[in-house]
Amino acid sequence: MATAPKKSLWENFRQSQIWKSIFRHGKPTDKRNRSLVILSNVFLHLHPVTARKSGIRISYTWCMGGLAFFIFLVEVITGVLLMFYYRPTAEYAFSDIMALRDHVPLGIMREIHRWGAHAMVIAVWLHMFRVFMTGSYKPPREFNWNIGVILLVLTLLLSFTGYLLPWDQLAIWAITVGSNMARATPFLGHEGPGASFLNIAGVSLVHSGDDVRFALLGGRFVGAATLLRFYILHCVAIPLAAAVLMAVHFWRIRKDGGISTPV
Amino acid sequence: MTDEKQPEKPEEQKQPASESQPKPSEETKPVTPAPAAKPAVSSAAQKTSPPQQPGVSRRKFISWFAIGWIGFSAAMAGFLTSVLRFFFPNVLFEPPMTFKAGIPSEFQIGQVDERFKNKFGVWMVRSPEGIYALSTVCTHLGCTPTWLPGEEKFKCPCHGSGFYKTGINFEGPAPRPLERYRISLADDGQVLVDKGKIYQQEKGEWKDPQSILKV
Repeated sequence: MATAPKKSLWENFRQSQIWKSIFRHGKPTDKRNRSLVILSNVFLHLHPVTARKSGIRISYTWCMGGLAFFIFLVEVITGVLLMFYYRPTAEYAFSDIMALRDHVPLGIMREIHRWGAHAMVIAVWLHMFRVFMTGSYKPPREFNWNIGVILLVLTLLLSFTGYLLPWDQLAIWAITVGSNMARATPFLGHEGPGASFLNIAGVSLVHSGDDVRFALLGGRFVGAATLLRFYILHCVAIPLAAAVLMAVHFWRIRKDGGISTPV
Repeated sequence: MTDEKQPEKPEEQKQPASESQPKPSEETKPVTPAPAAKPAVSSAAQKTSPPQQPGVSRRKFISWFAIGWIGFSAAMAGFLTSVLRFFFPNVLFEPPMTFKAGIPSEFQIGQVDERFKNKFGVWMVRSPEGIYALSTVCTHLGCTPTWLPGEEKFKCPCHGSGFYKTGINFEGPAPRPLERYRISLADDGQVLVDKGKIYQQEKGEWKDPQSILKV
């Protein structure tokens, strides 16, 4: 070390306190340091340190899980950008959508977000199909399969809640039709099985003014309160839940013995 | 540098030892002599023993601990219940479920009155028998059909369901007729519509006298 007279600027930087305070490992030229790259990084350490070559073949994984996550990141970035212009009120929502197309540079931003949503649903389905066909849901990975099922539902709910936000006729009636399914929720929806039993002296406890559909819509029908609720669900609640579950999902791959390999 | 580190290390070793010492003793009493056998742990126990002198025994501490947890759980349960209730506002800025639709003579026989469609979601129809209040909610998936006067039918734009003026479905995917609401005469002689009570034809409820206002 001391004998080397000349070091490049980059080498000097790697020796500096700034670099060493961030990266606690040496050059990733040997197995130990390569492992430390993964283990000492808060994001990378969710992943397995090593993966078998046969397990990461494109023809085996299709890279669909990674693609789904990549599209999720695209959706987060474009979604946050859209939030700078969009106001979730009945008065402004539709005109803001028009403004995003007509008055804002890169008017394709909302289309990127929408195509990304379609692509993410497709990617998640294909990922699930791959995991199923390769038997990667079997023990010890059955818990992670269930996390994945929840993530699939959250992906679909993200698309569903985002559907209302343009606040045009298609959006309003699509959500009207879609949320009518909640009427038939057992015991919780006012037209669902069991709801008729929940009454006191003929006065029903579950009616259109207090059932689960009401909680979802913030009213008896799709209105301004629905728009705000779906906006909060779309931009805050579901992405947060999905992000947490994704972290668990990736970490469990490592904990369940790494990526599965062809039998 | 090296001289400073050496005195720190024994202290670091003692602290985890003093923390781990009470843990086995909480579960079972006979375990307590075992860690005392080690000299390092016994010296650590001597250091930590003065804080245990105040008169809270372990048994009492656990009971207070339990009371604290029960109180905390009850408070959280109450708060979560309130959060659930939070999603049901006390005031709704929706049109009321009952409304007055004017005096009966305003309605002409054969006419479909669309004045109350946008606000209340109701068509007022005057037939030779009387007046009935027809729901504007399509029985297929809940869209709002359009009254086509030329074709004398309600036509749903979503999936093409068609209904006669009576509300009976005759085309498209709608599985049953439009619903009617309770209709009566108010004290001031106006027609009173109550959307809180629905009458379905397929259940034979249109025979109910309150489903149609005989004029």
